[in-house]
Amino acid sequence: MATVSLESRPYEKVSDHDSSHESVNYLNHDHSILSWLLTLDHKRIGLLYLVTITLMFLLGGALAGAVRLELLTPKGDLLAADTYNKAFTAHGIIMLFFFLIPSIPAVMGNFVLPLMIGAKDVAFPRLNLLSYYLYFAGSVIALTALLLGGVDTGWTFYTPFSSTYSNSYVVVMAVGLFVVGFSSILTGLNFVVTVHRMRCPGLTWFRLPLFIWAIYATSVVQLLGTPVIAVTLGLLGVERTLGVGIFDPRLGGDPILFQHLFWFYSHPAVYIMILPSLGLISEVISTFSKKTVFGYHIIAFSSIAIAVFGFIVWAHHMFTTGISPYAAMVFSLLTFSVAIPSGIKVFSWLATMYGGSISFDTPMIYAFGFLGLFTIGGLTGLFLSTLGTDIHLHDTYFIVAHFHYIMVGGAIMGYMAGVHFWWPKITGRLYSEFWGKLSAGITFIGFNFTFFPQFILGYLGMPRRYYEYPDEFQVLNVFSTAGASILAIGYLMPMFYMPLSFFFGEKANSNPYGATTLDWTDTTSPPSPHNFEKTPVVTEEPYNFHGKEAAVVSH
Amino acid sequence: MSATNQTVQDHGQHHHHKDLAHHFDTLEQQHDANTLGMWAFLLTEVLFFGGLFAAYTIYRYKYSAMFEEASNHLDITLGATNTVILILSSLTMALAVRCSQTGQAVWTGRWLLITIFFGLMFLGVKYFEWKHDYNIRLMPGKDWAGKDFFWWQYAKKAKEMEKHDKGHSHALPDPKDVLPDNHPSLGIKGIQESQQARLFFLLYFCMTSLHALHMLVGFVLIGIIAYFAYQGAYSPDYYSPVENIGLYWHFVDIVWIFLFPLLYLLGAHMGH
Amino acid sequence: MASSEHSTHQPASLTLYLGTFGMLMLLTVLTIFAGFQNFGMWSTPIALGIAVVKAALVVVIFMHGYSSSPLTWVIILASIFFLTIMLGMMLSDYVSRGWVI
Repeated sequence: MATVSLESRPYEKVSDHDSSHESVNYLNHDHSILSWLLTLDHKRIGLLYLVTITLMFLLGGALAGAVRLELLTPKGDLLAADTYNKAFTAHGIIMLFFFLIPSIPAVMGNFVLPLMIGAKDVAFPRLNLLSYYLYFAGSVIALTALLLGGVDTGWTFYTPFSSTYSNSYVVVMAVGLFVVGFSSILTGLNFVVTVHRMRCPGLTWFRLPLFIWAIYATSVVQLLGTPVIAVTLGLLGVERTLGVGIFDPRLGGDPILFQHLFWFYSHPAVYIMILPSLGLISEVISTFSKKTVFGYHIIAFSSIAIAVFGFIVWAHHMFTTGISPYAAMVFSLLTFSVAIPSGIKVFSWLATMYGGSISFDTPMIYAFGFLGLFTIGGLTGLFLSTLGTDIHLHDTYFIVAHFHYIMVGGAIMGYMAGVHFWWPKITGRLYSEFWGKLSAGITFIGFNFTFFPQFILGYLGMPRRYYEYPDEFQVLNVFSTAGASILAIGYLMPMFYMPLSFFFGEKANSNPYGATTLDWTDTTSPPSPHNFEKTPVVTEEPYNFHGKEAAVVSH
Repeated sequence: MSATNQTVQDHGQHHHHKDLAHHFDTLEQQHDANTLGMWAFLLTEVLFFGGLFAAYTIYRYKYSAMFEEASNHLDITLGATNTVILILSSLTMALAVRCSQTGQAVWTGRWLLITIFFGLMFLGVKYFEWKHDYNIRLMPGKDWAGKDFFWWQYAKKAKEMEKHDKGHSHALPDPKDVLPDNHPSLGIKGIQESQQARLFFLLYFCMTSLHALHMLVGFVLIGIIAYFAYQGAYSPDYYSPVENIGLYWHFVDIVWIFLFPLLYLLGAHMGH
Repeated sequence: MASSEHSTHQPASLTLYLGTFGMLMLLTVLTIFAGFQNFGMWSTPIALGIAVVKAALVVVIFMHGYSSSPLTWVIILASIFFLTIMLGMMLSDYVSRGWVI
């Protein structure tokens, strides 16, 4: 068991009993455009999301590129100050609301969740399609706001700047986010009901794959948090259009209240982005270590704990705003508590790998990257939850680096791991392992080059959201911009070799990794339109590699 | 888990029930999913209104005295009337759901239509209330010339006049006789008072109009479901649409149950 | 998984609904009456208390809470819990701002 196989995928050939590629599957049963645009099939809706959010990711990435290029030199020479404000605002809004929040839940969740629980579809397929079109409509509205001239408030829309002084298209953008928020709520609702009501016989809660637990916790956060941001943006819109002073101190309003309401959603939203990754990494690490997850129950509960704790720590974004020092102390203490479930997860992944027979496939390489980056991101979070240190580091590049380590190093690495992991299931084809591993490596290196210097910049006192800076910061900024171009190559590579593999890749069998969950063991690759030949019946806990290995992997 | 094993065996028999969607195994699973979905949606709704209640709570805490005085400008009689009407509509909705459970299709439709009727009545009362608020310039926002429409001094004057002639003549004050809200002679305190009253009325309008918006959505949905009820689409086997619209409507009622004392009764003890 | 929702198949009696309606009316009168009294700082807790009882009646009887599954109750309690967290923790900031360190 202890042998570590460096040879990639010893079992990737299509075995004889599996001739799925010839048969009818969800991709080839109907080729018309309408059958895609009006599909109620969760798998096709997942792919619609995949295509749309990839476009949004490219746009958000391009804007990040513009920001980094501007910061290459100390003087503001590439972009005007105002354009720079609009660029980082658009980057933040697109990446958070239109890429990260729907990324794993809407793409992987949609595709995999019903497969993993042995269901024919999500509980409300029509609602699922509606979610997609709400997302689409919200994106169109947001892009309209950008085309009209953009928004310069930062993605946080802090009042009173956003409500009174900004001359940009705040209301249009708020409408876009309102609409996309409802997409998020309806997806969450759908998944909660699906997990509760659609599990196949024998699939008890503690037999659920950990990815399902994570998606479930995420969905609960989406249900509870998103309506608050919706109504907050609504109030912001009312304030701007009617010229009243809900958040304007000049008119008796309270700008801090906006921040409270905003972060009541937006802090839990961080967990909407990272939780699915945490679950996904458990799947990947267990599968490629051929070993059952260490501490299954506590991992499952830690997902729920993160979801709940996420709601009681929001004011740590507001330590420097003049909130009550007593409340700040309480929020600081509570913030530390989030580290406990996160730490439990990291140790569980390590313990899962310990003594396993690890294979270094592309998803696993991404998962390794995730582990390191998420840990750094999490630990630097502790610096920021400490009241005193936060006063020093608040609104500097330290914060920027910290949350990029979580969001990019954590959430996007996890997302990339997931896309590679389920790609054979989604398309029935294998991508090139060589290019896959190369892209994972380049992403990891590029990421660290980009964001590690920003920790130092922040520590030295460079504030975020400025388009000029003193000369002595230039070296580190050049590092960061150079790293960003490496990172961009890492992200662009999959956009070539993945589509190529879709047409020319080797055929995948139903379970190329010898995974144990229903999505691999009981469906073909790609799955048939109704997922399962007959409703599966689950008789054991997940990640039992002992029993399944022989049955599936032998060929 | 024995119950679910049953569902696998029963799969073939239930498959042809006309109301069963293809991705469910049994009608019961479908019903449970629908009910859970509705409750989960209401959970979201609670937090949706919750954002407004949070803003209300904070400003109520900061400006409690002015909130009481501002609340005194709302009409308790109309508010109470609407409370009664809405609870009545909740009763008729409960009866509609009951009829759908017992298979009385026509009465299901009738009770649903009666519910809409009471709902419309509620909005009718609301219309006159808002119109009055508009007349005494308690509506937040701008007038056509782009100037502030809200005019606290004017509303105070209007209330004084109303008190004076015991509400018989509905004469409104002449704008020329009233000081602007930011007139220096009012002092800092007077100007702050109008700002705080403005926040109360802003929240009043946001909360009541969001509530009214939910009722409008409710009318459309109830109307559609009433139509299907008359068509005989629901049976004791399959009535979750009626049940779910019922849950929604009762939720709208609950929101009002909280809005009424929080908005209308704050300043009642100060004498009307 | 499917559980106690069966019991909603047995509809509640008409008297129960009418009685609930009567109670709600009574409580409405009570809340208006209480509103006109000067209870000082207690007036809001009293008004909210009555509103909570009314809401509970609607949830338990009209919304069939009495026969709903435990899961439904988890949702109801979760909505109250998270609403309380939001209101309570926000208010905690405002209330303690004036405290002297």
